[in-house]
Amino acid sequence: MKLSTDTRNGVAIVTITDTRIDAAAAIQFKDAMRAATDKGPDRVILDMTQVKFIDSSGLGAVVAAMKYMGSGRKLDLAGLTTDVDKVFRLTRMNSVFDIYSSVDDAVDLRAAG
Amino acid sequence: MTLLICEPQADRHRFLIQERLLTGSDPQHSFRLQAKGTPETVRVILSDLRARVQALGISEDQCGTIEIAMAEALNNIIEHAYAPECEGPLRLDVSLGDTQLQIETRDIGHPLPGLDLPVNAFPDASGPLDSLPEGGFGWFLIRELTNKVEYTRKENKNHLTLVFAINPTDPA
Repeated sequence: MKLSTDTRNGVAIVTITDTRIDAAAAIQFKDAMRAATDKGPDRVILDMTQVKFIDSSGLGAVVAAMKYMGSGRKLDLAGLTTDVDKVFRLTRMNSVFDIYSSVDDAVDLRAAG
Repeated sequence: MTLLICEPQADRHRFLIQERLLTGSDPQHSFRLQAKGTPETVRVILSDLRARVQALGISEDQCGTIEIAMAEALNNIIEHAYAPECEGPLRLDVSLGDTQLQIETRDIGHPLPGLDLPVNAFPDASGPLDSLPEGGFGWFLIRELTNKVEYTRKENKNHLTLVFAINPTDPA
């Protein structure tokens, strides 16, 4: 599981560079997210632009990543592609996360708000 | 019917795909996928399935619906029917009619509890952070994304049939 990390305007940006977060990848994804978010800014934007497919195991791993960060910190999502967005909507997990159309929006809208 | 057989080679993530034509049915509109099922091979099966369903003229949106539902169905087989080894043979029979696409999976794993589809409540996501659900969405997604789901246990095999309504006016 490949994640790349960056910081912009004091916000951590974690980019998933794999195209699938599925049952075969869920455990590695959780481990990689723990490593990527263990330290650093309280707000993390997870850039999912390159993820074309997620299943319920992958969804559970994203939820687990947010829970691991704890209530004092925040995990926002950006760049959900069509099928990924469908899974978040159907499971109503779109109401649990703040979801932005892009990382730029996630960084800027929050700064403006 | 096109019969596809995916046989694991020395490297179990790679597949040899063989095709042969069965007489008596339309090769364009029905096909079979067979593979040794593992969490890794489910990916291969799903991408193969999606490419073939797409080639039948199914819209992108419906291809996504089908792939998500089938991911959940196949993951259930690997993780539950084939527990604890998480591997065993999978067979998918896909047939496209005028108004629906039907996919029947067959496996030789453990039966569903009570020999029936589970009746599960939607996982509660309204509580505090610590109580957010990390699972339990699989059957919910399958029901949401299909028009019909049927399960039967015959001769020590599980048969799960998922039916997707296909809108013939959908742009491919």
